[in-house]
Amino acid sequence: MNETKTNVQSNIPVLDRWNLEIIGIVLVVLFFLVAPFFIYPVFLMKAMSYAILGMSVNLLLGYVGLLSFGHAAFFGLSAYMFGHFAKEMDFGVALSMLIAVSGGTLLGVLFAMIAVRRIEFYFAMITLALAQLVYFFCVQAEFTGGDDGLQGIPRGEILGFSLLENSHLYGFVLLMFLFCLLFVFRIINSPFGEMLKAIRENPERVTSLGCSPRTYKFIAFVLSAFLASIGGALKALVFQIAALPDVHWLMSGDGVLMALVGGIGTLIGPIVGALFIVWAQDGLAEIGMSVVVMQGLLFMATVLLFRKGIVGELGRLKKYFR
Amino acid sequence: MKNKSDIILETKSLRKEFSGFVAVSGVNLKVRRGSIHAIIGPNGAGKTTLFNLLTKVHQPTDGTIEFNGRDITGLSSPEIARLGIVRSFQISAIFPELTVLENVRIALQCRRGDSFDFWKPKKTLFRMNDEARGYLESVGLDDSLNSMAGDLPYGRRRALEIATTLAMEPELLLLDEPTAGMGTEDIDRTADLIQRCAKDRTIIMVEHNLGVVARLADTISVQVRGQVVAEGNYETVSADPLVKEAYLGAAHA
Repeated sequence: MNETKTNVQSNIPVLDRWNLEIIGIVLVVLFFLVAPFFIYPVFLMKAMSYAILGMSVNLLLGYVGLLSFGHAAFFGLSAYMFGHFAKEMDFGVALSMLIAVSGGTLLGVLFAMIAVRRIEFYFAMITLALAQLVYFFCVQAEFTGGDDGLQGIPRGEILGFSLLENSHLYGFVLLMFLFCLLFVFRIINSPFGEMLKAIRENPERVTSLGCSPRTYKFIAFVLSAFLASIGGALKALVFQIAALPDVHWLMSGDGVLMALVGGIGTLIGPIVGALFIVWAQDGLAEIGMSVVVMQGLLFMATVLLFRKGIVGELGRLKKYFR
Repeated sequence: MKNKSDIILETKSLRKEFSGFVAVSGVNLKVRRGSIHAIIGPNGAGKTTLFNLLTKVHQPTDGTIEFNGRDITGLSSPEIARLGIVRSFQISAIFPELTVLENVRIALQCRRGDSFDFWKPKKTLFRMNDEARGYLESVGLDDSLNSMAGDLPYGRRRALEIATTLAMEPELLLLDEPTAGMGTEDIDRTADLIQRCAKDRTIIMVEHNLGVVARLADTISVQVRGQVVAEGNYETVSADPLVKEAYLGAAHA
């Protein structure tokens, strides 16, 4: 009798948060299935690849408490590698993407080895510094095409589906995006994810309980770099371009901003943030207003007015429905 | 476990210097198994430094620390936690954005070893729930399993921290000013709690509240200017002229 009571009790809040996340995933899937009939699909595909970058930043910022300012390095390097292997070596989409994502993830291992020893401000600075090294490498290196970048990356085909067909391309991007979303969902709802949250809350306490936060941070960082790399390769596939803006620190900033505006520490937040930011970037470019100024204002508004971000603030409303 | 001698923890001429300033010097502590051992002393006596040496926040400049006859001087704090020495913090160390139950479960996860299994569902943790609830029951928190830990009032946070610590099944518990900043009611409740935890465990605590010390401690070490000047039970220590001098000034000695 007592037993059943406890079991029910102890599962409620988990299911509660869990349910909200499931609902969020379903809504996101529905949105991206219906939206291409009303909205320009390239815009949506851009938003999805950016959202993957946002999710990867959010995995660290929202669930481990680490602010990375260097995720453009994984995003950009993966975009370049995808472009190089697909265009110059003619490896095809699947293999090029595999190589590109592996490359970005390995770079993540390198970054993690250096960065996870640092905390807070120093962590942000060291990731920024490392990413700048990668940026200047890309400026100098031959295979990136310098200022021109890699243009006209072929789309080819995957598993017999020609990606020249727009609907196929959209389907492929959507599948990859969903994989990333579910991947993050699994991580944050795993025993490992539970430890990450504990480390975010109180790393000293975790140490005193006999676990070393550094190993957890290391793994989380590599997983995050893996996600950012997928985002970069997809972006290169969609736009058929890999160029310097992809590795520029402003791209890292975009990743942080998307997580922040959407709501850090929420599963769906970075996706909402990405849609919002990509929409704002495209819209403002049309009316000729400076994107950077807008982003600065948006950043300030988020930090000053709605710290929990769009999804986080919506999440607050749920208590009024009880 | 093999070595069940009477002394669970022993320090030998423990010394810590901070760029020339000697915070702890020549401390030979012998802590008896199963006792509550309090370390008291006026502000700046080096109690916290001594505590930090025992919990591996600092490395001693000189001297050794032995736990169950094994030299643990060079080990890190996660390592000693796994040997069975677990500490609490002055400001209640909880995970505020996790639920009360999840807080204790973190300790159970740590005790089991590292959880790098990011591919497994959270459900695999639910079988720890009953064990976690047991520890929460022992501190009287089983009525708020699903509250966010950060929403608990101060005294109950301490109870949660202790439940989390107990979940590690420590042989030796190190408490850093367990009643710091509490009101009378919470102090009493926490003292009761410590007394209950002391069953089949050893506790070392740094404490300012002499009432709590008098009530709980079997042995008291009085630390003044880095050195232990007196040791014994409350009566012995409170009668010691050196202790009176340290607390009240030379005129009263």
